[in-house]
Amino acid sequence: MQFAQWREHARGRLERLGSGVTSQVWRIGFASRFLAYLVMHSGTALRRFRLTIAEIYFAGVLSLIIILVSGLFVGMVLALQGYETLQRFGASESLGVLVALSLVRELGPVVAGLLFASRAGSAITAEIGLMKATEQISAMEMMAVDPIARVVAPRFWGGVLSMPLLAALFSAMGIFGGYLVGVQLIGVDAGAFWSQMQAAVDLRNDIMNGVIKSVVFGVAVTWISVFEGYDAVPTAEGVSRATTRTVVTSSLAILALDFVLTALMFTGGKQ
Amino acid sequence: MQQSPIVEIENVSFGYEAARPVLREVTLAIPRGAVVGIMGQSGCGKTTLLRIIMAAYQPSAGSARVLGEATSRLDREGLYRMRRKMGMLFQFGALFTDMSVYDNVAFPLHEHTTLPEELMHDLVMLKLQAVGLRGAAHLMPAELSGGMARRVALARSIALDPQLILYDEPFTGLDPISFGVIVRLIRELNDSLGATSIIVTHDVQEALGVVDYVYFMAAGRVIAQGTPEDIRASGEPFVRQFVNGMREGPVPFHYPAPEYGADLELTGS
Repeated sequence: MQFAQWREHARGRLERLGSGVTSQVWRIGFASRFLAYLVMHSGTALRRFRLTIAEIYFAGVLSLIIILVSGLFVGMVLALQGYETLQRFGASESLGVLVALSLVRELGPVVAGLLFASRAGSAITAEIGLMKATEQISAMEMMAVDPIARVVAPRFWGGVLSMPLLAALFSAMGIFGGYLVGVQLIGVDAGAFWSQMQAAVDLRNDIMNGVIKSVVFGVAVTWISVFEGYDAVPTAEGVSRATTRTVVTSSLAILALDFVLTALMFTGGKQ
Repeated sequence: MQQSPIVEIENVSFGYEAARPVLREVTLAIPRGAVVGIMGQSGCGKTTLLRIIMAAYQPSAGSARVLGEATSRLDREGLYRMRRKMGMLFQFGALFTDMSVYDNVAFPLHEHTTLPEELMHDLVMLKLQAVGLRGAAHLMPAELSGGMARRVALARSIALDPQLILYDEPFTGLDPISFGVIVRLIRELNDSLGATSIIVTHDVQEALGVVDYVYFMAAGRVIAQGTPEDIRASGEPFVRQFVNGMREGPVPFHYPAPEYGADLELTGS
């Protein structure tokens, strides 16, 4: 009797696990088809580009403050921490290189991506989710207007175009922060700071790799944001859960993709 | 020669889950030019029927013909072509909250026409004048009362001069003045546009004053139909209970539950 109960209990758990995995696989499949449909129906967003420009303002320009301030502080901290280590080896004049490479190759795209997911991604999900909850999406459908083409695609392209620009601004601001602390505060030679940075930072291997990362993160975060909004349960709780899922999933996606991309870009020191 | 009905629903059944049908063999015909009410208590299937007419859902059995086309045969293009001839007023208006009143009404015109901006402006003002809100063109939806938002949504739904206008619970949450305004507008707009209107509502007394014909639904079926006078005089127990707002009748006051005493854990006699 006890064994029969245990068997039933185990079967129930297995079934729940199987159903959970299956539903997640279905969801990923649905999200992929959603992305394919979205890309194929992006004509309106590109033809009427002012719709996309409005979303670039919403996702990009309104994220500027948090991106610039964060970039400044990250650069300043990098300079302080980097100087501590470099001066032990008598290489404090390489501070510019350390700050620039850390930001351009890694911290710029990753931290800007995480901030973008929290600031713009969550807002995109909440906006689309609330449009669904208040029947604005259904109203559009009833007016024979495809909401994916009219609402989702401009937001997607607005986010995809904003993200690399925000990452670039983050890195630029970080380098400026590093300069303020390293050169102005600590007293590292300004000429060495800038010239070593210029000599060591490679356009293809460093800057382009950073740009590729930021584009990939931009696509991932914006895709997750628009999908979660569109797929949200149309209630206050459903929109709240969708917004949380956007931030969590986007953050994990950025970190996982960063590892994959860094591994692909890894040259083992050979340029 | 008599014109064919604008909406023909024949033996339509539908369920969100196969085991729980929401509509059961519903048959009805909506004549052109009429204001027709589909009434019944919440959960009786009337909103689902409206969604079948909108072709948002396909019947699991039977057929739906709207504006002369079988909805089951329409692809996405055909569906959108049909919907351009329809207008829909949602329960709470469903106005686009990031657009002004003017832009909301102009939205369908912008999306489906290439009219010059001046002509579009005149058309929007014409529609807003029809609902008495020309002076509110610059306001945002958050600045409108519930009744005003419903009127703006009405102006938006008639922007493309539809042949068929659908109303989903248009009277919910309106004060008596707004209610009177909406009732009058539904009738006037229907007659002046030469359109056909379908009102889905559970506000029976209010709706009986505006409709030409009524289909009364209960448990997914049409249980009574006729003119408002027929409905008021109906001997059908459910219709009588509903029209007169009686507590007792075929619809029980209590949701099915176990014995009251058992829930309160009362034992003995």
